[in-house]
Amino acid sequence: MADSIRLEVTRYRPEGDSGPEVQEYDVPLRKEWTVLDGLNHVKDEVDTTLAFRWSCRMGICGSCGMNVDGEPKLTCATFLSDYAPGPVRVEPLANFPIVRDLVVDLYDFMEKLPRVKPWIIRDDDLTVIDGEYLQTPEELDAYKQFSMCINCMLCYAACPVYGLDPEFIGPAAIALAERYDLDSRDRGARERLDVLIEHEGVWGCTFVGECTRVCPKHVDPAGAIQRYKLKAAKENVMAFLLPRGAR
Amino acid sequence: MTEVRVHHRPISTWWWTRKPTYFVFVMRELSSIFVAWFVVYLLMLVYAVGRGEAAYEDFLAWAATPWVVVLNVVASLFLVLHVVTWFNLTPQAMDVRIRGQKAPASLVVASQYVGLAVVSAFVLWLVTR
Amino acid sequence: MTARRPRKRRIEPLVWLMFSGGGVMAAVFLPVLVFLFALAFPLGWISPPDHDHLLAVVGHPVTFLFLLGMFVVLLVHSAHRFRYTLYDGLQLKRKRMVAVLCYGAAVVGSIAAVVVLWAAT
Repeated sequence: MADSIRLEVTRYRPEGDSGPEVQEYDVPLRKEWTVLDGLNHVKDEVDTTLAFRWSCRMGICGSCGMNVDGEPKLTCATFLSDYAPGPVRVEPLANFPIVRDLVVDLYDFMEKLPRVKPWIIRDDDLTVIDGEYLQTPEELDAYKQFSMCINCMLCYAACPVYGLDPEFIGPAAIALAERYDLDSRDRGARERLDVLIEHEGVWGCTFVGECTRVCPKHVDPAGAIQRYKLKAAKENVMAFLLPRGAR
Repeated sequence: MTEVRVHHRPISTWWWTRKPTYFVFVMRELSSIFVAWFVVYLLMLVYAVGRGEAAYEDFLAWAATPWVVVLNVVASLFLVLHVVTWFNLTPQAMDVRIRGQKAPASLVVASQYVGLAVVSAFVLWLVTR
Repeated sequence: MTARRPRKRRIEPLVWLMFSGGGVMAAVFLPVLVFLFALAFPLGWISPPDHDHLLAVVGHPVTFLFLLGMFVVLLVHSAHRFRYTLYDGLQLKRKRMVAVLCYGAAVVGSIAAVVVLWAAT
């Protein structure tokens, strides 16, 4: 194994006049080193001006997502040795505006996420004194897969529909809506459907399936969206057949 | 709040050629053109059958001319792509349950091919008996 | 808790259901029809059925209704998919016009299907 590998890193300085440029760095190629380790090596030893986000180094904080050789990846879980002999392209997550170097602007998602009301909605308002909401293991299993989302935005970077139509509410937000819809304690399915049945809700999705393929947590947003379409369609047919409050 | 001068990256018209999965996706979507072509083709067949025996014979002769055959072969390949991708995506798009248990994806896919085989055998019998 | 508002009727779910139905028909019924009538019969792999038999099959009311339903959902399926292919693949911006043209073509095709099937029965 060669003892170093070249990183081709996107640099963008908002205070400068030009757009993004590529800067090359050679970093040690070690068996246990991830792309994030390579970037931290650059930051600590070579070039302190390089900007990127990271936190936990163990695939749970969701902040180190970048496009590695064109694929959205958690850089803390992507090993340099898999790209040997290199070079490795490290770019900011696709489909998001670049703030600086490898840091992207997530404002759009932050604005969209609360629209689907990703929290438990109840008809009654029980206090702590009234006791907890009990749930069986089967009821937990119904939504558990969708609760694994860490908001890392890899699915948005992989989704061509989101890239082309920024109005689209996007994979993770819909998967999170599904997470609360499937929760036995929740009563908010109707409110979420009102949001997702809009044009920029589920209908823009053309089932490319890339969101599911790149998801590091196996959440399957693509499946969630198609199932939501079926749910919305059923609801609509019901509304057509039973026009007045029979549901 | 400080105004941040963010950079928006344009998306190339050729974005779907950059990754095999994107390319297969666009090819899958383009199968729609060939499905529409087969609707037109089958309507022409029905029309010819309705007009009489001579028109029907003419239609079969026209369908055997090289450019029609080439078109139909290409269209058939796209139709195969549609069949395979449609069946493969069904278990993801639908939550199929058998006695409360989630049905395994392979079972859902396999049962669709069984359905295809049964339908094909029935149509073959109906048309050629 | 807000009062339940009456939900707006939407066209998207209906179109999507027809798109899905068309996808199933294209996957299950179309392959054998295409194999027989576009390849096997014209190229003589299988000897084509005689005209009287085919006319009897096509002229049956059940076949009429089935074929008409199939052609309509297949056309909606095609129109819907092609519309989004134009949006995504070519990044067309005049979305309303693309939609009108695609679904308009499906409607015209459906009317043609009624006329042709009616004439054959």
